[in-house]
Amino acid sequence: MSVTKSSARFVSVLTAFALLLCVCVSPTNAAGKLQVMTATTDLAALAQQIGGDKVDVESIAKGYQDPHFVEAKPSFLLKLRRADLLIVVGLELEIGWLPPLITQSTNPKIQVGAPGYFDASRFAKILEIPTGAVTRAEGDVHPQGNPHYWLDPENGLRIAKAIADKFSEMRPADASYFAQRYSEFEQKLKQSDQQWQAQMKPYAGRKIVTYHRSWPNFAEHFGLNVVGYVEPRPGIPPSPQHTVELIGQMKRDNVKVIVVEPYFDLKTPNSIARETGGTVVVLMPSVGGEKEITDYFKLFDYDIAKLKQTFDTTK
Amino acid sequence: MKRLFLLAVLAASVPLYAQQPAPDSANASSQADSRIRVLEEQVRTLTEQVTLLRAEMQSLHQTKAPGPGQPDRLLLASSRIEPGSLAPSPKDAAAASAPSASAASVEPPPPQVAQTQTYGGATSNAKLLNPDISLIGDFVGAAGHNNVTPGRSLEMHESEVGMQAIIDPYARADAFLSFGEEGVNVEEAYITFTSLPAGLLLKVGKMRAEFGKVNTIHNHALQYIDRPLATNNLVGGEDGIDDAGISLTRFLPAPKNWFAEGTAQVFRGDSDDVFTANRRQDLSVVGHLRAYRDLNESTNIDLGLSYARGHNNSGALTSDPSAFLTNLYGADATLRWKPLRRAIYNSFLFRTELFWSARDQLSALNALQTQHAFGMYTHAEYRLNRRWTVGGRFDRSGRADNATLTDTGFSGILTYWPSEFSQIRGQYRYGHLFETATSRYDNANEFLFQFLFVMGAHGAHPF
Repeated sequence: MSVTKSSARFVSVLTAFALLLCVCVSPTNAAGKLQVMTATTDLAALAQQIGGDKVDVESIAKGYQDPHFVEAKPSFLLKLRRADLLIVVGLELEIGWLPPLITQSTNPKIQVGAPGYFDASRFAKILEIPTGAVTRAEGDVHPQGNPHYWLDPENGLRIAKAIADKFSEMRPADASYFAQRYSEFEQKLKQSDQQWQAQMKPYAGRKIVTYHRSWPNFAEHFGLNVVGYVEPRPGIPPSPQHTVELIGQMKRDNVKVIVVEPYFDLKTPNSIARETGGTVVVLMPSVGGEKEITDYFKLFDYDIAKLKQTFDTTK
Repeated sequence: MKRLFLLAVLAASVPLYAQQPAPDSANASSQADSRIRVLEEQVRTLTEQVTLLRAEMQSLHQTKAPGPGQPDRLLLASSRIEPGSLAPSPKDAAAASAPSASAASVEPPPPQVAQTQTYGGATSNAKLLNPDISLIGDFVGAAGHNNVTPGRSLEMHESEVGMQAIIDPYARADAFLSFGEEGVNVEEAYITFTSLPAGLLLKVGKMRAEFGKVNTIHNHALQYIDRPLATNNLVGGEDGIDDAGISLTRFLPAPKNWFAEGTAQVFRGDSDDVFTANRRQDLSVVGHLRAYRDLNESTNIDLGLSYARGHNNSGALTSDPSAFLTNLYGADATLRWKPLRRAIYNSFLFRTELFWSARDQLSALNALQTQHAFGMYTHAEYRLNRRWTVGGRFDRSGRADNATLTDTGFSGILTYWPSEFSQIRGQYRYGHLFETATSRYDNANEFLFQFLFVMGAHGAHPF
């Protein structure tokens, strides 16, 4: 009878798929190095500082990429499924791409709320937390605060400490190793920060304009004064009207420096610079933005050297 | 009299009773005195602490305000706010507490209670445990000539409400309710189990089937206003294969640098005009294999093979309606290019999907025959800059119930993005379509336009 025939065929098709899916056993990760994935390169750099050769660290986003707009490529799934720990920036920076990757990774260890899901924003000092009604009339606002918080060495240290604690919790046998590396990192960062502060001291209170709101923590730490943005609202491309207003403001306030992230078009900043006699400087918000920026220290070395040079050449 | 006496006794007993503890009174007053002294002591300590806290706050305000004239700020001057995240050296701690040194005898209480407000990004009180709720409005208008598939001049095509949340440590759920002009439709509502063993991903609920690419995409996420002709003719129209069922996905072993994934799905067997479950056993199945590879950091290819099988409605009036099956085969290929440094300004996408349909139906002579129809579309899109994308699509498709009839069409599409959260799109559409009423081919020339807007937190779409 056709009924039994069709259901027999149906069952056979189903069995074939079941076999296809189940025959292959998932590769289990050897209990060697801790496998760490991070959303951004800065978190990867910090994790590497603390983890040393006891961890394998890789970042999903590249340092020269806009961290708001990363593609959720399946190739990342291959790495995420083997991860023991996933470190994210949080504050909805990755909301456009990370959630589907986490779900599809089928890795229980790194699901939101699992021990291997680590939200670095919980340990950092967060600025620009909106109060009152939050609407998108303000552009792509982050209701939980500005997610570019890693650009403050103090936050870098806080995150590093939290990462060290996490590593020790996951690998208690290596706890003293991580603690040792953390204290070395702390020492080095304090020394470096003194140098950076000294370098930036002559420019304290300088007014600058930035393309996106990527620099509040950096500006706060190094005493800069961000007075305007090339974007009329976060995530909204420059508009002619806003650009004219910004030029007026920069002329009034005598602002000469326009800081641009590497993933934004330089056309509008350049024309603003021409109008105001200012200078455009491309600063790197993340490790890996340029080849030479290989760690968290070099990130500040690079940005501060660039800024210093720009401030010196513009009056 | 008796009453009076009782009253008198009562009256006398009150002072008596009150005087009873008299022998201990000296002791009690000394106790009270000492209690008062303790309280006074406590008040004094509290006052001291308040002054201390004030000084503390003031010093914090001072250290926070950046500016010239400030002595070299200590790295981590404010770090002691957050206990546990840092271990400042004794020198730092001493220096940091220097402003409040006037009351150094008392250990300054760490003011972390007041400070945690500025910390901890995860404290989003507004959301609490509500799911992420969004609404996507999709307004479509049409003008021009089309006798075969005329759309309305203006319509609020769809208002899609999305609710997405993590259910528990093992699962998340997504629901999309589509409010159209004719009523409400549960477009998708499913739970996804994310913590299964052996790398399995299980979805249960109503969902768009994993058949090719365009079938999985919601209307508002398409890069064009209409669906390709092949979808309409062979794969169930706008809703496509969208049914209640169970889906199992798993990574498959693949050569180095390749990503492979297999999906097996079982549905009830009711999907628009593709599949019809005449009986409870008439389930439909969908299988999908996907292979993906990064060619370099900007370019990647995405390949897929799909199969779907279910019962159709063409035998509804026969004695054995379940004997009529539809088998669908699909192949899809996508090439994407997006330079990472300029991702928001330029990108390119090229996609082709091929569909084969084998549909059992009754011939003119009432015999069971199978119609083999073929359909395809090719779509390319280029992002010119942050706000404009331009695209084109070529369509060609037979009809599932009559493979000798072939519709052809092409479209040119221009999209403007005021922001990430709204789109305005125009589409010119030409169609060479078979008109059943007149039994001849008719040319359709139309201009379609669309306004899309997103409210709330709409979760990211799969890549």
